[in-house]
Amino acid sequence: MEEQFDPVIVAFVCNWCTYTASDLAGTSRLGYPKNIRLIRVMCTGMVDTQYIFKAFLEGVDGVLVSGCHPGDCHYINGNFKARRRMKLLKTILPQFGIAENRLRLTWIGASDGIAFAETMQRLVDQIRELGPNPARLQNVI
Amino acid sequence: MSRTADINIKDNQIGEAIGQFLTKILESDEVAAVLVPHRPTGKNMILPGLITDPEHLQGAEPVSPAFALNSARLVSRLTRQSPGGTIAAILRPCEIRAFVELVKLNQGSTENLVIIGADCPGALQNADFFAFAEKHGDKATARFLETAFSEDESSAEDLQIAPACRACTQPTPEGADIAIGLFGLQPGAKIQVYAQTEQGAALLEKLGLEETQADEKRQTAAEDLISRRSQARQEMIEQTRAATDTMEKLADYFSRCINCYNCRTACPVCYCRECVFATDVFDHEPVQYMKWAGRRGSVKMPTDTLFFHLTRMAHISTACVGCGQCANVCPSNIPLAALFISVAEQTQSAFGYQAGKNIDEQPPLAVFQEDEFQEVVGIENGS
Repeated sequence: MEEQFDPVIVAFVCNWCTYTASDLAGTSRLGYPKNIRLIRVMCTGMVDTQYIFKAFLEGVDGVLVSGCHPGDCHYINGNFKARRRMKLLKTILPQFGIAENRLRLTWIGASDGIAFAETMQRLVDQIRELGPNPARLQNVI
Repeated sequence: MSRTADINIKDNQIGEAIGQFLTKILESDEVAAVLVPHRPTGKNMILPGLITDPEHLQGAEPVSPAFALNSARLVSRLTRQSPGGTIAAILRPCEIRAFVELVKLNQGSTENLVIIGADCPGALQNADFFAFAEKHGDKATARFLETAFSEDESSAEDLQIAPACRACTQPTPEGADIAIGLFGLQPGAKIQVYAQTEQGAALLEKLGLEETQADEKRQTAAEDLISRRSQARQEMIEQTRAATDTMEKLADYFSRCINCYNCRTACPVCYCRECVFATDVFDHEPVQYMKWAGRRGSVKMPTDTLFFHLTRMAHISTACVGCGQCANVCPSNIPLAALFISVAEQTQSAFGYQAGKNIDEQPPLAVFQEDEFQEVVGIENGS
C-alpha cells in the first residue's frame, strides 16, 4: 500500500476563541490530528500577510487562520480585518499555483471544543487530498 | 464649472507653449512655485525642479520622454505640511494617481496644491532615454513629442516607449485640476486646457483666458489610443500569468533579483516609513542560512527574494497605479511592471477598487464591512 501523505498545517489561532477551544478539546480528551501546528496569536487581526507567505515559502501544505465569530472579537473588529486580508491573499496566491484552498479562515468560539477537533480533522483530510505544497519540494526562498 | 480655454502654440512646439502657460501661472499671484520636469544643468537629464523664478522656467520640459522617477512622492514631501504658498505641480497621469493613493494614506495633501496634468503619450525607460537623448541632443523632447503625437501609429510604435506605458489605459490626466489636451492635436491648432475642478476653473479665470468650445478630436484620439493599449495590456497580462503560474516559475522570473530593493525605493506607493526588510528581522543568524541550505541541500543567496516581492504585492498591489518605475530602475531588467500590473488587476478587482481614481474612497485594506466576503470563510467551501 502507498504511504499516506502527511501534510503539515500551520494554524494561527486567536487567544480568546480558537485557542481556548483547542484547550477545551484537550481537557475534554478529544483527539485531533498531529499535522496541525498551533501558533497562538492575540487576534486574527494581527496575522500579518508575511506570516502566511513565510509559511508557504517554507513548504507547509496548508495554513489556517481561526478566531472569534463576527461580533465576538475581543478587540471588536480584528476578525473583520483578518477577513479582508484573507481575501487579498486568496487572490494573490492562486496566481502562483498555490491553491486557494490551502489557505483557510474559520471562526471557532471558545466553547466549541468539539467543533475544533472536527474542523481540524476535516482540514487535514482536505489538505491531504490537495497533495504536497509545490513549494515544499523546490528551492524557492 | 466646466471651462475650456486655448493656449497659443508656435511651430508645433508643445513644450514651449506649455512652458509659456506655466510662466503665466507663476507670474500670477495665485501660485508661489511650480514643480515641473526640467534640465537642471542644461544637460541630457530631465528631473523635476521646484521653480519660484519665472526665468528659470526656460529649461522646463513639462512633457518629455524622460521619466526618471514618479514625482508623487515629491509632491507628498512638499505638501505634508503647509509649504507657505500654493504649488502648481505638473504631473503625468500615473503620478497623479499615485499621489491620490498617498493622500488616502495621509502622506500628502491637496491643500496648497494645484495639479496640472497633460495627456501622456508614455515615456522611455531610463536606458532608452539616454540613448535617445544622446542621439537627438536638445531636440530630443521636440522630436519625441512630434512622433508620439503624430497620427501615424507605426512611427509612434517605433519610439520604444516603456512596457508599462504601452499597457497604460489611463493616459489622460483624470484627477488634475487643470488638464492640458494633447491627444488629437492638429498641426496649427491651439492647445486646449480644461478645468476639471472648481480650483482649476478659478485659476483659469484669474489668468484671464477666454472660454472656448472643447474640441472633440481629443476625445476620439484618446479613445483610439486606449483601445489599442487595452489590447496590449491584455496580451502583457496573459503572457505574464503564463510565465508565473507556479512557484517554481515565479522563482525563475525573479532568479536575476539581487535584493537591491530599487523597486521598493522607486515605487511611489510603497508606503511604509521603514521597510521591514531593512530591519533586523532580516539580519538572520549565520546558522539560520546554514539551516536553510541544509534542509534542501542548497539555498539561493541572497535569501528572502520571493518573500520580499510577495510582501510588496500584499502591501501595494491594491494601490499600484501601473507607472512602471519598478521595472525602470531594476538593474537586472526583471519585467516587474508586467507582474505587478497583472497582480494589481486581480487584487483591485477583488475589492472593486481602482487605484488613484477616487480620492474620497478608502483603500481596501483600511476599511471593512461586517457582512462581506463570506466566500473566504469556512472549511466546507470550495474543495
